[in-house]
Amino acid sequence: LRVICTTTAVQRKKVGASGPEKYTEAFIKKQIEEFNLGKRHLANMMGEDPETFTQEDIDRAIAYLFPSGLFDKQARPIMKHPSEIFPEQRKIQWGEDGRPFHFLFYTGKQSYYSLMHETYEKLLNVQNYQDQLTAQDLPVQKEKKNLAGSRWLTKIELEEMLLEKLSDNEYSRFIQLLEKLMTLPCSDIEEKYIQKFSKEVSVQLEKTVIEPLKYDERGVAFSTGEGTRKTARATAVVYDNGTGKITVNGIDVLHYFPVLQDREQLLFPFQFLDRVGKHDTVCTVSGGGRSAQAGAIRLASAKALRSFVTEKEVEFMRQAGLLTHDPRVKERKKPGQEGARRKFTWKKR
Amino acid sequence: DDKLLSEPLSHPDFFNVKELFSLKDLFDARVHLGHKKGCRHRFMEPYIFGCRLDQDIIDLDQTMQHLQLALNFTAHIAYRKGIILFVSRKRQFCHLVETTARECGEYPHPRYWQGGLLTNAHIQFGSGVRLPDLLIFLSSLNNIFEPHVAIRDAAKMNIPTVGVVDTNCNPCLITYPIPGNDDSPSAMELYCKLFRMTIIRAKDKRQQSEVFDELR
Repeated sequence: LRVICTTTAVQRKKVGASGPEKYTEAFIKKQIEEFNLGKRHLANMMGEDPETFTQEDIDRAIAYLFPSGLFDKQARPIMKHPSEIFPEQRKIQWGEDGRPFHFLFYTGKQSYYSLMHETYEKLLNVQNYQDQLTAQDLPVQKEKKNLAGSRWLTKIELEEMLLEKLSDNEYSRFIQLLEKLMTLPCSDIEEKYIQKFSKEVSVQLEKTVIEPLKYDERGVAFSTGEGTRKTARATAVVYDNGTGKITVNGIDVLHYFPVLQDREQLLFPFQFLDRVGKHDTVCTVSGGGRSAQAGAIRLASAKALRSFVTEKEVEFMRQAGLLTHDPRVKERKKPGQEGARRKFTWKKR
Repeated sequence: DDKLLSEPLSHPDFFNVKELFSLKDLFDARVHLGHKKGCRHRFMEPYIFGCRLDQDIIDLDQTMQHLQLALNFTAHIAYRKGIILFVSRKRQFCHLVETTARECGEYPHPRYWQGGLLTNAHIQFGSGVRLPDLLIFLSSLNNIFEPHVAIRDAAKMNIPTVGVVDTNCNPCLITYPIPGNDDSPSAMELYCKLFRMTIIRAKDKRQQSEVFDELR
């Protein structure tokens, strides 16, 4: 009785070292020839000189001849040099007599291990130099470097550099080696080598600058602020030496906001800073509804008040939530549902 | 060409490897020091001279003979332009092994051994790979104190092996074992120096013989 085993899942074959797609050198050469020929044809079609036809001209020509309304830029037709389209491939690693070119070929990951070897050699160099200096009784000191402005290469960037897949363990080992090299006092010798693996990080946070007070013709200090909430946009000008009068779009606040809740919103920043009857406010607001306009004016006046107040009180305002823009907007309605969240009534049968 | 290859085989010590080392050199490099009595492997007992204060001492006369045979064999392989692979799993000597192999023009492998390197080479590397013709083990255990996988794989692929076996190693599958210490830096530097000198000597001799042949 012969039993034949069949599985529904397809057995995974062991994929070769170069990956699923292999491009032979001949294939890539043919692609380059076709590209150059196509470039000349395109130049003739557009009526331009084939000799001085640059990549930008090609992109423009293709966009003109094959207009596409697709949103994804990468889905549109492109015509680029094959070296940019086909990923870099490893050529044959050994010579005619069969001997591999690279001395670490038999390890399997030659670029990664040769990198580790080189880095370790630099480490030994630095240690030797340090020993020499101590033998000659010279001082061993390190200049303070700005460490905050740089970061190491990520695993993906390193993989691209080496053209080899790395595991997380290997990547962390390499970073550990680099860190060790950095911490040594005389590592300035190998500065150039380390810079190959570090990238600069641009300054992320910009502290918001509080504008200074401005003075109008009468000599009264004032300050402007802008605020938004939902679809309402507001600008508020807060004057010093006032009586607590608030004007919105030329209309007094009592008439513009009949509801108490809205007027309380407007009052909140002044109440928080104990400056209720001390400032005059003139605001302009458009868009949104009643509540949204009130919230917008509140944010605008709080921003304007920053110039009148100490830094500590600004921090208190920020923690109270007076200076944060409210990100809540109306959520869109989805198909298959009645509203943004409400689903249609579920009927059992 | 035939004469070029068959001439070295007629002499017992064509490359004169005996002069490269002496018993005193081995003793000074602490090659005779083994592990403690409890770590002793059963098959290493014929190579052990004795035991002092629980530490095994390796018989340096036997080591001399084995070393001479092994160096002679590597010299012949290098003369016939074979690929030599230096294997070691000792992390402290990784850099030393790589630099030695680089200077010889041969190939080191002091890193983690991927499973199918020898047995699955055609899929891992590509179809026309040439496998190494000799494996030299500067330490025949891996980091878990088990025999290195490459010993078994080389035996499977009919690749001869030369290996430094310490008192806790299994010398069975290695074709040319060299009983000796594999833990001290002085001993490892000595081995590296000896292998480097033999390989360079053999390659130079090959070049000379080829030049002589061309002149005729």
